[in-house]
Amino acid sequence: MTQHLPTRRRVLAGTGALLVCFSLTRAGLAQLGEVQGAKEAAGPKLPGALGEKPMLDAWIRIDANGAATVFTGKAELGQGIKTALLQVAADELALLPQQITLVTADTARTANEGYTSGSLSMQNSATAIRHAAAQARQLLIAEAARRLSLSEGELRTDAGEVLAPDGRRLSYGELVSDTLLHVSAKAVSALRPAAERRYIGHAFQRVDIPAKVTGGEAYIQDRKLPGMLHARVVRPPQPGASLDDVDAATVEHMPGVEKVVRDGDFLAVVANSEWQAIKAMRALSAKVRWIAPQSLPSPNDLTRVLEASVAQTGVVADIGTGSPAGRVLEATYTRPYQMHGSIGPSCAVAVAEPEMLTIWSHTQGVFPDRTAIAEMLDLPIEKVRCIHVEGSGCYGHNGADDAAADAAVIARAMPRVPIRVQWTREQEHVSEPYGPAMQGKVRATLTDDGRIGSWEYAVWSNTHSTRPGPAGALLAARQLAKAAREPEPKQEINPSGNGDRNAVPLYDIPRKHVLWHFIKDMPLRVSALRGLGAYLNVFALESFMDELAQAAGVDPVQFRLRHLSDPRAREVVTLAAEQFGWANDLPSGRGKGFAFARYKNLAAYCALAAEVEIEPATGYARVTRAVAAVDSGEIVNLDGIRNQIEGGIIQSLSWTMYESVDFDRGGIRSTDWSSYPILRFGAVPDTVEVHVVARPSQPFLGTGEASQGPTAAAIGNAIASVTGHRLRDLPFTRDKIRAAYET
Amino acid sequence: MVTLKVNGTTHELDVEPDTPLLYVLRNNLGLNAAKFGCGLGQCGACTVVVDGKAVLSCVVPVMLIANRAVTTVEGLGTMQNPGPMQRAFIEEQSAQCGYCIAGMMMRAQALLQARPDADDAEIRAHMEPNLCRCGTHMRILKAVRRAADLMRAEVKQSALESKS
Repeated sequence: MTQHLPTRRRVLAGTGALLVCFSLTRAGLAQLGEVQGAKEAAGPKLPGALGEKPMLDAWIRIDANGAATVFTGKAELGQGIKTALLQVAADELALLPQQITLVTADTARTANEGYTSGSLSMQNSATAIRHAAAQARQLLIAEAARRLSLSEGELRTDAGEVLAPDGRRLSYGELVSDTLLHVSAKAVSALRPAAERRYIGHAFQRVDIPAKVTGGEAYIQDRKLPGMLHARVVRPPQPGASLDDVDAATVEHMPGVEKVVRDGDFLAVVANSEWQAIKAMRALSAKVRWIAPQSLPSPNDLTRVLEASVAQTGVVADIGTGSPAGRVLEATYTRPYQMHGSIGPSCAVAVAEPEMLTIWSHTQGVFPDRTAIAEMLDLPIEKVRCIHVEGSGCYGHNGADDAAADAAVIARAMPRVPIRVQWTREQEHVSEPYGPAMQGKVRATLTDDGRIGSWEYAVWSNTHSTRPGPAGALLAARQLAKAAREPEPKQEINPSGNGDRNAVPLYDIPRKHVLWHFIKDMPLRVSALRGLGAYLNVFALESFMDELAQAAGVDPVQFRLRHLSDPRAREVVTLAAEQFGWANDLPSGRGKGFAFARYKNLAAYCALAAEVEIEPATGYARVTRAVAAVDSGEIVNLDGIRNQIEGGIIQSLSWTMYESVDFDRGGIRSTDWSSYPILRFGAVPDTVEVHVVARPSQPFLGTGEASQGPTAAAIGNAIASVTGHRLRDLPFTRDKIRAAYET
Repeated sequence: MVTLKVNGTTHELDVEPDTPLLYVLRNNLGLNAAKFGCGLGQCGACTVVVDGKAVLSCVVPVMLIANRAVTTVEGLGTMQNPGPMQRAFIEEQSAQCGYCIAGMMMRAQALLQARPDADDAEIRAHMEPNLCRCGTHMRILKAVRRAADLMRAEVKQSALESKS
């Protein structure tokens, strides 16, 4: 795969007096998130994303008026990243937040930071911005020292000015020049001491919330361009169907309809008003014949299908040797296909001008999307611009990229007319790529002294990333007359993990052997869903830890601590247990469960205790209480961390208790919220607590996905503690829980 | 022509009478708050208040709403001068992506207008139709309770002012 890089200098030329940027010579591919691990840059190790872009050239601009613009290649997905980046930049530049404009992912303006995924935005982008800002501030101080004939140590900075002890002051605007900051980033920055910081680690409200609660233009769905028309696509009822015949004539004459766009199997309608477009879409759906697609597997055979579909097996870990004597226990855990299910279905706006096709999208990766769309339309990459605009909550690879491609195809058919494509709820449910069904089998030896002697684990999984880059990743590209082929998935094993994410226990075990049985066939479309393989792997691992603890006759928290030497891991485990009141007994009908994981074994630590209440007669179970303890490294925005963990717990609770994509051989049957139920307020816990461990001056650790796996396991462990029977097949439906009582 | 009364202003609109209220609010009146979530009345992202009741604007044809009082989030206050429901959501930082929040606020508004002292169980039951996918539920519940407090305080304040 080649990566086309933007010509940043040209784009930014003339837009400001000073560019402090990090050049893009090292391909931005390094942050392909879940697929690829970090690339090693040559030379000294630079912090965060600077490591991949080691030359000064892209993150910060200060104009002659002293206003700063900070550029991030990451996107706001509802996780609050804009706020945290602004806090970091304001402190290290010694500016007020309102003096800074933050520009997020835009192929014409920002660095290529790949996808906003893998809980990497703080680790990579915030770290890069922090150091770039600190180095920029130092250069401004040095310039001021030169002009004032003072030493740098005598100067301080505040709110965009360098201040001398004698009262003289120079604003950043006065100090900047075209060349001042045009230098390479250094490996070490003089970060501002904690006492001087006003924003990092201090309470700071989200910058996007006021517009969102007052009806401001906050989402791609709200974007309105002059002369914009409304488009709807017509997709086949099953994936892979081809368009046999369509009678478009009657639809073309419906009120307000401007055009029916057909290209191969791609079909869409464009109208003046949104309602006209919807009615035309419905009419067109009735006038189209699709050729029977491939059939899906039977959902009842999933385990057998998974085991029969292994294309290759990769060794994830082979640590230690020997086969200690002891009791051997084994168990198998499974998860179904589950969907992202953003509340707002995907949407995009595009306009095809002769010089530039511009697409506004809530994609996680404007650069890979641009590459894919350019390839799909056979356009040179510099004729496509992709700009991120926030959409409804993003929990991985949903329909955003596909909607962007749809808008691009339709816009090409209607030059100069802005086109807004809005997917329907049914389209989002049926067409988005799901988190893949998986199976995990674990087998461990419990020695006579109550320790784990060996651990063997195998996970059966598809890839968890079929994201764009190649055009064939886009639904529209596969449908066009000149169709792109769906890329063949490949197994890649790296420290971040994919299907094998968190497959290796962090616990101290003398012998660990972990395999990934890679499944190439993808009868249901799959890709990245928050946590990737970690959701099943942590569920399996942490459920089995409880099974082993029970076999050893040891309290589950004590059993975990017995196998944990990492002090930060021990601290979150201990803290969650204390705050929950783990030692206390619960009333009958209630149970408690514990789980722990360090996300990716590289990012945030998260320990979680959950309490459930079950009605034996009906199998109705409700998580009544959850207490989490988290270590995310240095805290920039405490409430942001809490919000992410709390949201992750509630979302994972919904996956774990209710969610499973329903399908049969004829197609997807989960077409709306009644056929794919999720958590509603009636079943929300009474309380969710998140305790965050302060780690000043430690590196940022990604938090956004850390609670997904532990939540599933903690709930499963709690249910087992009430019913005495272990559920190993997600989700924990009412029927399964009732049946657990009967066995 | 359809006559529509939204946030205290009357509009004469030339729209197809079967158009769901949601599209008229968003596209004809430029009110962004109510959101398209499903078009099926299943998620509540489009919730607005009509004559004091929470209504799913994505499935109600505009002709059925004519001459009735519609309130959207824009009618609760502005960015510069947010109303109690909006203040509560800001103060509790009750959003992740925020896409469902306008619908949440309007459903809660309908409840608190009718039952200012609604307790937690009542709030949970009342909010049942609205879906959130980011898992902001705990904060949404907190914000609704805070909004109730703020509204009661406002009522008390205006009662005091009218006495003096």
